[in-house]
Amino acid sequence: MRKLRWNWPIWLGFLFSLLAFMSYPLVFARFPVTRNVPWVNFLLFGVSATFLFLGLRRIFGGAQSFLGKIVSLILIFLTVSIFCVFCFVIFHATKQLPASIGAPKIGQKAPEFALRDTRKNLVSLATLLSTPLDPSHPSRRAPEGVLLIFYRGYW
Amino acid sequence: MAISVDAPDVSAELCRKAGYTYTFLSDPNAEVIRRYDLLHPGAGVNGQDIARPAEFLLDSSGVVRWVNLTEDFRVRATPEEMLKAGKALH
Repeated sequence: MRKLRWNWPIWLGFLFSLLAFMSYPLVFARFPVTRNVPWVNFLLFGVSATFLFLGLRRIFGGAQSFLGKIVSLILIFLTVSIFCVFCFVIFHATKQLPASIGAPKIGQKAPEFALRDTRKNLVSLATLLSTPLDPSHPSRRAPEGVLLIFYRGYW
Repeated sequence: MAISVDAPDVSAELCRKAGYTYTFLSDPNAEVIRRYDLLHPGAGVNGQDIARPAEFLLDSSGVVRWVNLTEDFRVRATPEEMLKAGKALH
């Protein structure tokens, strides 16, 4: 009986784990509902695991050649590694943030600053707090507050 | 980022003129980021120093009234949470 070289469930398991991993930054990280808890990605990893299990049965069922078994085991190792890296990033890496204990707390005055906006004009916090947003509005009131959003910058 | 939270007309005005005037400021040397103790050394995509994500809502006198220092940079404050904090300014 000709021994099969290709263990297609293992290949599918590997491809699904790649999909599960890559689709997070490319697709699901854009929406809070799938970003905060990456349940779609875990589902895809689940599909991958199912295929791996089916493929394992093939390996031990003796249907594969020796070379085929080696390839399958390498793929299984890669698939499990992909899953581990994903979990590491989701559960650990993105929580590695500095303590920022010196950041202004509720009740403290926010430190003054002056930085350039997108038109290269110098903008200070004092100006932001005192300049009316809508000069045409009859009340011409200064803003009631300012929301400062510090962001990482590259995504 | 400058936002005017005007309670009496906030619902109507928000829809009409999007309620926000977005000012993007540039802090190339992370000087202000350091002043606010938000520096995340080497965390940029090219290893540069960047800010860790944080939001501060200040009242009209510049006093902090609401802070969001995320524990996980994937999880951000939603616009709803920020609006709620803004409304509570009164």
